[in-house]
Amino acid sequence: MESKMTSNGIVGKRTPLVDALKKTTGEGIYTDDLKLPGMLVGKILRSPHSHARIKSIDTSEAENLKGVHAALTGHDSGATIRFGVLPISKDEIALPKPGAAGREGKVIYIGDCVAAVAAESEEIALAALKLIKVEYEILPPILKMEQALKETDEPIQDDCKFGTNVHKEVKQHFGNVPEVMESAAIRKGGKYDFIGINHGFTEPIIAMAHYDADDRLTIWTAQQVPHYLHRALTDVMEMPMHRIRVIRPMVGGGFGGKSDPFPHEMIASLLSRKCRRPVKILFDREEVFLNNHGRHPTQTNITIAANAEGKLLALDVDALIDGGAWGSFGVVTSYYNGVLSAGPYAMENFRYRGRRVYTNKAPCGAMRGHGAVNTRFAFETTLDEVARDLSIDPCDLRLKNLLPPNSETINGFRITSNGTRECIEKARERSGWDKKYGKLPPGEGIGVACGFYISGSAHRIYFNELPHSTAHIKIDMDGGVTIHCMAAEIGQGSDTMLAQCVAEPLGIKLDRVRVCSSDSDTDPIDLGSYSSRVTFMAGNAAKEAAEKIRDKLILSTAKKTGYPAKGFILHDERVIYQPNPEISLSFQEALNEALAGNGALMAKGAYVAPPPIGRKGEFKGWRAGLSPTYSFQCYVAQVKVDPETFDVRVKNVWAAHDCGFALNPLAVEGQIEGCIHMGLGQALMEDMTYNKGAIQGPNFLDYRTLTPMQMPDVDVIIVESNDPEGPFGAKEAGEGPLLPILPAVGNAIYDAVGVRMRSLPMTPDKIWRAAQRQGVEQGKKSV
Amino acid sequence: MKTTKQVIRLNVNGSEFEVAVKPYDVLLDVIRERLNFTGTKRGCDMGTCGCCAVLVDGRARLSCLTLVLDCIDKEITTIEGLKKGELDPLQRTFAEAGGSQCGFCTQGFIMAAKTLLQDNHNPTRPEIEEAISGNLCRCTGYIKIIDAIEMAAAQIENKQGSINGK
Repeated sequence: MESKMTSNGIVGKRTPLVDALKKTTGEGIYTDDLKLPGMLVGKILRSPHSHARIKSIDTSEAENLKGVHAALTGHDSGATIRFGVLPISKDEIALPKPGAAGREGKVIYIGDCVAAVAAESEEIALAALKLIKVEYEILPPILKMEQALKETDEPIQDDCKFGTNVHKEVKQHFGNVPEVMESAAIRKGGKYDFIGINHGFTEPIIAMAHYDADDRLTIWTAQQVPHYLHRALTDVMEMPMHRIRVIRPMVGGGFGGKSDPFPHEMIASLLSRKCRRPVKILFDREEVFLNNHGRHPTQTNITIAANAEGKLLALDVDALIDGGAWGSFGVVTSYYNGVLSAGPYAMENFRYRGRRVYTNKAPCGAMRGHGAVNTRFAFETTLDEVARDLSIDPCDLRLKNLLPPNSETINGFRITSNGTRECIEKARERSGWDKKYGKLPPGEGIGVACGFYISGSAHRIYFNELPHSTAHIKIDMDGGVTIHCMAAEIGQGSDTMLAQCVAEPLGIKLDRVRVCSSDSDTDPIDLGSYSSRVTFMAGNAAKEAAEKIRDKLILSTAKKTGYPAKGFILHDERVIYQPNPEISLSFQEALNEALAGNGALMAKGAYVAPPPIGRKGEFKGWRAGLSPTYSFQCYVAQVKVDPETFDVRVKNVWAAHDCGFALNPLAVEGQIEGCIHMGLGQALMEDMTYNKGAIQGPNFLDYRTLTPMQMPDVDVIIVESNDPEGPFGAKEAGEGPLLPILPAVGNAIYDAVGVRMRSLPMTPDKIWRAAQRQGVEQGKKSV
Repeated sequence: MKTTKQVIRLNVNGSEFEVAVKPYDVLLDVIRERLNFTGTKRGCDMGTCGCCAVLVDGRARLSCLTLVLDCIDKEITTIEGLKKGELDPLQRTFAEAGGSQCGFCTQGFIMAAKTLLQDNHNPTRPEIEEAISGNLCRCTGYIKIIDAIEMAAAQIENKQGSINGK
């Protein structure tokens, strides 16, 4: 396997995003920038109740308002057909149907969709919503997780378990945790509490649908997973996939929050079919928060056992996860809170129970670091306690327990490349750890934490044998290289990554390459921008296609020059005979030879994850967390905590991340810095609070994120473990780098003021209360 | 609901437009929806994200909070109006430094930076941080945005230096 064919220097080079100038000039087209002739504005009436049965809906007055073209309710065909991102957990509908039994007849959170209209203007559409009359029968809401565990006659969803509101329960046990715990030299752990947070992308949720004269549906939508939307639309619209076209214009940030098929996409499509006009639905910021799908609030109990030398022996995790009203990715979340917790450490005994419950609150879903962030905080904090109790340096404790490269975990993960050791050593050295840990003045502290994340899911959420990603390349006589691949560019730089992976084997300049990644009619399926899969999977598919084109160009050059094909390389826009570089054709000459009598060169590349090893089928949930490779991190954070107010200022972060190989170091740095910003937000200030089921402050004034002035200095340390199967050795860089920042800061706070934080966000009031509880005197360090 | 419209002249990117507006119409709605300068983005409609910033008489203003009637006889510049033949240095440096990822907030930051660099040719990083603290970016962690503004400041300084024969 040629893991590092970087001879042309296209990969590995700091490369501005290929679409960056479109963005800096305002030329880039996002969904809301599109207008179609005859386009109407769609608006959704939302529930003021947490849990209510719909007795009746009367839209007649709204429909009679001048300028209103259609109203949509659950009475309309398709509106109550179930969909969801996971085929095993379809529990979402576009709109509820009055009088229907079960979930179809209810609204289940404040903000849930009740009805919708399409009108000539936003003003008219909003006026029409006010004319819709709805009769509700209010049901008791389930707002707390403890409530959701109890038996009920009125479960929120129909697929609940045990007669309660439990959506999913996961139980796994490897080795013998109780026995090992009992006899271990040390056991540490505790109960952790994590509040929900929102992605906070700047582009609001939006879609525009057009059901046209040919009975075809086209939808333009800000989506990370156009293919899963495509599948959901085919269910709800009861149309074959080939009559539906999904177009993803530029997307203004996703972070997991645009990775579900959503009701508004169904509603826009159904409205358009009803009035035969294009319909655009744009959320206001409050609706974005109501739609949520952010990180799950979670209560996590964790215990880690170790021997006196600091070897980790057993891990016990119990997570109670608040899913809100819908399933979304929740089955995956239920697994990830456990199965991703042990790595990057070797752990022979592991037990996990995860329970995700439905509550009558805004749905939770995937968010950057999906499922792994909260348990990682609990785990790395506990490791800090183990290290302190055993008087072992926290860096040394971690080094003692690393998973070796090319190994297998107890739950069947195949570990290949693994740069954790180098991450720890470099973060330790660059931060001056050995001179600082336990030695900084009162109120200042330093903390360390590691991370571990998937680089794509090896298992497909739809059970089939199709490739995870497919890329086509076309080159015609104009010499432009067009890549087609539906991998969703959402700002992370995937178009640039595809262009690099194609330009490198072809030895051409990047500006020869055009990337088409937005149109399901022309671009082959990629499963989407989630689970940190695109670089590894789409990158490999694109590289494979490019190598086939390279071979064709070499063959045509060999034929023309009469030299053996074996000796040719593509470099600097030429096809060169290596033994005698005088023998060469320009890229265009070689192309002309290849096109003669043949026409445009086409090639296809596809990526299929390798079959799992080890534990196939041996236990329930064996597929969860399997990835073709994993990313690893180690971060050190240095903080200053005001001894009077407990205000935390993160001064420095040394962020070492093993991304296999940095195809584009500029983009890798950008991902790591962005992860640190988002992770610090969850660590220090972001929270979605509810009052009686209503989100408090669903806007950026109340939902605070870090300002530029609050960002620490960040020293990005890229570690390259050269993954044997990654494209040019690369693996993910978009999500794993979020994981270690939260516990690194928590551990640094302990080092600074001796307060152990088990609840996020770590706001000054909570640190003060924890200090009171833990008997820590303000301004004093514990010993 | 019925409010009398009045016809006003609006100077946007050096051209004059005649538009009929209601007294409560905000600048964002007029430039985006009516005049089709879609480079100006709608992120929150309540002055919290900065994606809609435009220059009004050379100063960054949040167009979602600016009544269009307050803009009569003023020069409005949107992101489309920044490039005059060649790109504004900020438009290049935001791309080169990685200051734009998803790009939705980018033009707002460029407007804030443009205003800063008019007042302060050689800003420090803390000064840049303060100048852009009304803008929200969720991708970059702001670091490469600040890099981009520093790079642009250096380029402008060099250019002016060479003009002045330094």
